[in-house]
Amino acid sequence: MATGAQAWTEQSVEAAGVSLQMVKGGSGAPLLILHGELGHQGWLRCHEALAQDYTLHIPSHPGFGATERQEWIMNMRDLAGWYLEAIDDLGLHGSNLMGFSLGGWLAAEMAAMSPDTFNKLVLVSPAGIRPPEGEIYDMFLAVAKEFLTAGFYDTASAPEFLDICPDEVSPELAEAWEIAREEACRLSWRPYMHYPALPNLLHRLKRLPTQIIWGREDEIVPVSAAQVFNDSIPGSGLTIFDNCGHNPHVEKTDQFLTTVKSFLTS
Amino acid sequence: MFIGYFTERPYQDPKSGYFGATGKSIMDLNVSNEIYDAQLGSDLYNRYLDEKIYAEEMGFDGLMLNEHHSTPFCMGGAMNVEASILARITQRAKIVLLGNIIPIWDDPLWLVEQLAMIDMISRGRLVSGWVRGTGRESVAHNVEPHYNWERFKEAHELIVKAWTTPGPFRWEGKHYHFRHVNPWVRPYQKPHPPIWLPGVVSRDSLMWAAEERIPYIMLATEMEPTRQAFQLYHDRAAELGYESGPQNIGYLWKVHVDETEELAEQTGRKYVQGPSNPFLAGNEGTTNQALLQLPGLTSRRRVLPTRDVATAARGGSAGPGGVLSRPYEQQIADYTIISGTPKTVIPKIRHVLETIRPGSIFFWDGDGAMTHDDAMRSLRLMGQEVLPAVREIADELDLPGPFEVDPATGKPYVAQVNGPADIPAEAVVADD
Repeated sequence: MATGAQAWTEQSVEAAGVSLQMVKGGSGAPLLILHGELGHQGWLRCHEALAQDYTLHIPSHPGFGATERQEWIMNMRDLAGWYLEAIDDLGLHGSNLMGFSLGGWLAAEMAAMSPDTFNKLVLVSPAGIRPPEGEIYDMFLAVAKEFLTAGFYDTASAPEFLDICPDEVSPELAEAWEIAREEACRLSWRPYMHYPALPNLLHRLKRLPTQIIWGREDEIVPVSAAQVFNDSIPGSGLTIFDNCGHNPHVEKTDQFLTTVKSFLTS
Repeated sequence: MFIGYFTERPYQDPKSGYFGATGKSIMDLNVSNEIYDAQLGSDLYNRYLDEKIYAEEMGFDGLMLNEHHSTPFCMGGAMNVEASILARITQRAKIVLLGNIIPIWDDPLWLVEQLAMIDMISRGRLVSGWVRGTGRESVAHNVEPHYNWERFKEAHELIVKAWTTPGPFRWEGKHYHFRHVNPWVRPYQKPHPPIWLPGVVSRDSLMWAAEERIPYIMLATEMEPTRQAFQLYHDRAAELGYESGPQNIGYLWKVHVDETEELAEQTGRKYVQGPSNPFLAGNEGTTNQALLQLPGLTSRRRVLPTRDVATAARGGSAGPGGVLSRPYEQQIADYTIISGTPKTVIPKIRHVLETIRPGSIFFWDGDGAMTHDDAMRSLRLMGQEVLPAVREIADELDLPGPFEVDPATGKPYVAQVNGPADIPAEAVVADD
């Protein structure tokens, strides 16, 4: 794997009536990355590696980071609808789409609404479907640090864990987490972190190549949901990593990159 | 002066883990109801109702109830049930609900009907307060914390409209949607039962109360920040062009009266014993940090001077030397607990009245680990000696209550309990 540092920038771009905070870096075909419930986790090793071959677009969703909340967006389907217009404005038709956790749910909703908008879809431990076994971890009955820690099988063997969840949390990071938690709450309170009709709607992804990635020991979205995604999306691939929690891109970075790169180039 | 009586109706059972004695978690929301003892629960519900009847007999103007969910510190999970019973078994005192947690119900019209029935059965004695509820309430009934304030305001508008505007009408709001609003029961009091608002922390709520000319009741907050918060109310009222006064503000705090100073101290200390209660300073238990940070429940920035106190009362950020788990002695020293014989209690109550100048006060008693006998002794002495003295002090200090001076107008209060103008007066059933 190449390791040359890729430049990335952060700027505000206008899209669908919103000033969108956007991290952009790398070169190659566009890859739109949708962050999870606590917002963009920072430029990690996985981003660095993917930026070798793709132009990464990592927006902060409305209500997260520095992107202003849109009062009319009251659930995930509203947000997905807004994002499709944002993609029109950003000229990102034909992008690859990758979503993590809550962002995976968002990606699945967007793809179900408009499968032809995307080239390929990667869902990483997505929320959105009620697991047949186990329940999705209630992030609102935990503080941010507890939640982040529960998202790893073994924080000690994931060096980037401390970048995402430092021992000493700065006031800025604490505030960013609270802002993110509030918007995540708005999008996912009831029913919690899922939409009952999503499995049925996902059948529309029959022509969109889709790769699903999960950690077997995921305590946030139990791995039983992975099979439902897999069964609901015709032709989708499912890769499950052992000894891995909710953040395979951080906890099993190499395997994650191998899987993603192989899928995107196949 | 309007004087009310309050207890939070704790589920008093040492088996439920006072101070974690059972070794099981006593963290907020973590106490399982598997230990619930039906006999004890039944006895306690009846005890607390008996005490309310006696409080009326002893001359209290108001019998105050509150509501919390999924917790042993307050058994009033369905406060309107208790209020309904009081409506029939008491004769004179106001039934003061502080309050119904209006944002957590998806169907406010159910409250419209329940509360109008309580007002009817009590022949116009209902004071219908609203609260926004704590995180525990949003979680227990699974209602969006981030819309708490929006739902509060919309539910208030809908309820008041349903009480005052002849139906049927439609309601197509942001959070509530009804195609046919026409509740048959309408309130006894006109235009509707008084609405009061209790609170501790939210500047939004206090400002809203001032804007709506609704009395605001501070709950067990420390005196100086309470005075400051009330000043915000009065300032806002002045901005809006009306003069607020004691009739617009109320204060609830812990007052216990006993036969001797020794007994008063021994019993007063029971405030900080019994089931943990995040609102009972000194025995907050293990608070649930996530519950305190439920996203969007209250503004993180628009808070009152009482915030530090209240945050601590909910187990918040106060560190060593802060107000969390304030010892009994300290609470006695700052008057947030007053416990003594009538002779020592009365001058302390005077000091509170002089400092805060409320038109309504509520004595919070019979709580923590206090027994029925403790509560009844105090009620008797309050009735015999304290209430008459406090009324004299209030007159001397010119502290009119909201049933003497109308909080909305500043003019003498006139009860309006006749039927609507189109119903002949003789058709209205007279009071017993």
